[in-house]
Amino acid sequence: MADIPQDAPEQCPGTGSGEAGKASACQGCPNQTLCSAKPQGPDPDIAEIKERLTSVKHKILVLSGKGGVGKSTFTAHLAHGLAADESKQVGVLDVDICGPSIPRILGLEGEQVHQSASGWSPVYVTDNLAVMSVGFLLSGPDDAVIWRGPKKNGMIKQFLRDVDWGDIDYLVIDTPPGTSDEHISTTQYLSQTHVDGAVLLTTPQEVAIQDVRKEINFCRKVNLPIIGVVENMSGFVCPHCTKESVIFPPTTGGGEKMAADANITFLGKLPLDPRIGKCCDEGKSFFDEVKDSPATQAFKDIIEKIKDYCSKRKENTEVDTGEEK
Amino acid sequence: MSAPRDHLSTVKHVILVLSGKGGVGKSTVATQIALSLRDAGHKVGILDVDLCGPSIPKMFNVSNQDIHQCPEGWLPVFVDKEQTLGIMSISFLLDNQNDAVVWRGPKKTAMIKQFLNDVYWKDMDYLIIDTPPGTSDEHITVMENLKQYNPDGAILVTTPQAVAVGDVRRELTFCRKTRIPVIGIIENMSGFVCPHCSECTNIFSKGGGEALAKQSEVPFLGCIPLDPQLTQSLEEGQSFADKCSSSPTMAAINTLVKRLMAIDRDLP
Repeated sequence: MADIPQDAPEQCPGTGSGEAGKASACQGCPNQTLCSAKPQGPDPDIAEIKERLTSVKHKILVLSGKGGVGKSTFTAHLAHGLAADESKQVGVLDVDICGPSIPRILGLEGEQVHQSASGWSPVYVTDNLAVMSVGFLLSGPDDAVIWRGPKKNGMIKQFLRDVDWGDIDYLVIDTPPGTSDEHISTTQYLSQTHVDGAVLLTTPQEVAIQDVRKEINFCRKVNLPIIGVVENMSGFVCPHCTKESVIFPPTTGGGEKMAADANITFLGKLPLDPRIGKCCDEGKSFFDEVKDSPATQAFKDIIEKIKDYCSKRKENTEVDTGEEK
Repeated sequence: MSAPRDHLSTVKHVILVLSGKGGVGKSTVATQIALSLRDAGHKVGILDVDLCGPSIPKMFNVSNQDIHQCPEGWLPVFVDKEQTLGIMSISFLLDNQNDAVVWRGPKKTAMIKQFLNDVYWKDMDYLIIDTPPGTSDEHITVMENLKQYNPDGAILVTTPQAVAVGDVRRELTFCRKTRIPVIGIIENMSGFVCPHCSECTNIFSKGGGEALAKQSEVPFLGCIPLDPQLTQSLEEGQSFADKCSSSPTMAAINTLVKRLMAIDRDLP
């Protein structure tokens, strides 16, 4: 059993078992009271979340150990890119509880969430792009969410369990920086569902990459497949002289080298373009506003790769389940 | 057990570096302030409470050092022989720099408490506390434990674009709720001067930090332009001040530090 602690007494029934704290082996174990006081069995909400998310075909997490590398910008544009195909339904879930940026980037500031019989209704950008964020639950732009871990976990659970996405093809989950509560909870709550994988974002400089290496480590610890690495903000083309300069120098080889070292796919580089930031501030889609930027094409290529990955993975898992039967 | 240690009471000034947003340059600003204060003749400590993504050791090129224990507590890692700049970070406790610290709140809280109580800062003039992004466990713990030491206040770092400023607004509310004085707002990464044609481009727009400071009635401490040399020197763990003392970025940092020291003199 996986839930037996390493230093447990012999014959430990496992902390998740119905016998926890009651078996004869538990006599004298320092954790006996803890085990017997704990609610028994797996968290019932995880089954509920599984039930709720059966209508979601693909789930993609956007992660990065480092903050401000463009997770939310990437999430928003991945969603825009996926939703460009009108036959696809796309959802965006923002689990960055303390610093939700998604509402602004998608132009939904000040929107509210509505409750219906089937759960919380997400906010729609277009007919096929739905969004849920803690930003929709705040009373104003000054409102701070000063919560410790357990409260954040509760919120994330509600987002996963109670939001009525309907039948959607892609759910893109935007995360805060780090490897803590939000990340552990999200992956734990999604453990019974089929998650396609995580896209890791980084910027080229070592200070950012060292945090992303930690995130790779995290993904391996929690058995989360990695779709690939995207290097953002690599190189800046001056709009006046069109010469390229390096703003965040890749002193250790950048994202590409890191991906090669860790043996994961490198999805591509996105150049810095001041117009991307401007579009995000105004809540517009960069794809519609600036069609000629080199970043637009690079972005579209990366989205294609992610789509490919998801469709292949879908086939694979269908084969897998076939074998089990 | 002996009575709880009280090392922080020997530190004259405690300054927090905060930002709701990640990657805006909190650690960079903390590093530069510390270096400038040291150059002005003070003894400075940096406490890195970003447990999941510590950057400070890398910026001083001391990632592989270990923490030593002395009878008074944990000794910070000093970057110089004269012991004028000491650092404490979780990164010194990791066996492997790639190890992820996959911890939930309570464990992080305990670690930070230990950092605050057990590190022997030895009569530092300034202690700069570098924080992770957000307004959660780390921040609440630091505030709760610092209150009794009467910290000078918090410096909020932002980048100019509205997406970042939005998060920093929330951090301001956090400061008000926890009653920590706000020293002011710094706008980092404002404008990039192209090395080829010396035309200035506002990559992340401009003026967001100043507008926020005005609107929230807190002091605006200045703009730090984007400078690839600064990033480069931090990557290599070298002092930016030694390398490019003539850069406008350095000028911005110096004015900022002068302001910091001036603010401190006004305090009782």
